[in-house]
Amino acid sequence: MAVIRRETMELRAEDEIVKVRHLVRQWASELGFGLVDQTKLVTAASELSRNTLVHGGGGTVELEALEEGLRRGLRLTFTDFGPGIADIELALRDGYTTGSGLGLGLGGAKRLVNEFSITSRPGEGTRVVMARWK
Amino acid sequence: MDRIPILKMGEFLLVTIQVDMHDRVALALQDDLTAKIAATGARGVLIDISSLETVDSFIGRMLANIAATSRVLDAETVVVGMRPAVAITLVELGLSLYGVRTALNVERGMEMLSTAISAASREMFHGRDQA
Repeated sequence: MAVIRRETMELRAEDEIVKVRHLVRQWASELGFGLVDQTKLVTAASELSRNTLVHGGGGTVELEALEEGLRRGLRLTFTDFGPGIADIELALRDGYTTGSGLGLGLGGAKRLVNEFSITSRPGEGTRVVMARWK
Repeated sequence: MDRIPILKMGEFLLVTIQVDMHDRVALALQDDLTAKIAATGARGVLIDISSLETVDSFIGRMLANIAATSRVLDAETVVVGMRPAVAITLVELGLSLYGVRTALNVERGMEMLSTAISAASREMFHGRDQA
């Protein structure tokens, strides 16, 4: 698998959630994803961006255009240095929230992509990697 | 753009969301609509989201909150014009917009509001009859 393009964006303020949505939409469209797939990717990116800001206190998002044989994909990595997640399984459960949201962000985003993984250590931060293939 | 305009048309309030909303714009719309329902005594709210390319859980929650709040203030809300890709994504996300009326387009949404409101007034009329 080859990374054919890579870009990192800072996530420090709420305005940047909208910027992430636009950037992901643009990349997904350029990679040839259909409208439904683009919408799923953008929505998942929006959920994760907000998590990075609200729970992680800000961080970064890295976009990577992937190529594997004839397949193309888009991978998004959200990294923050916030308090971390103590119980990942619980955090992924629908309806579970420590904030004021609906608790659909993580579990919902996971359903919108093909690959999804979370690494987190309490006190050190959280990294969420997700990818969708065409 | 910091505020989404709210138009008044007879007993209804109309909102067309034409921009990709920042979270705080969505929160402001929620507050503005609630204030406007109270100020005008509107019986129905129609929210057109046909320009929205993405509805995430935050916007979904805003729509559900608007519907719930307006109901408490005796107004019906209908959300119209959701794009098919958005509908598919919302369901997969796990957001069914429970309690939010939806219609395919503005015309059907208006019909739905008119029907809901006349049904409500009929009920009130009958209520009085029995009293």
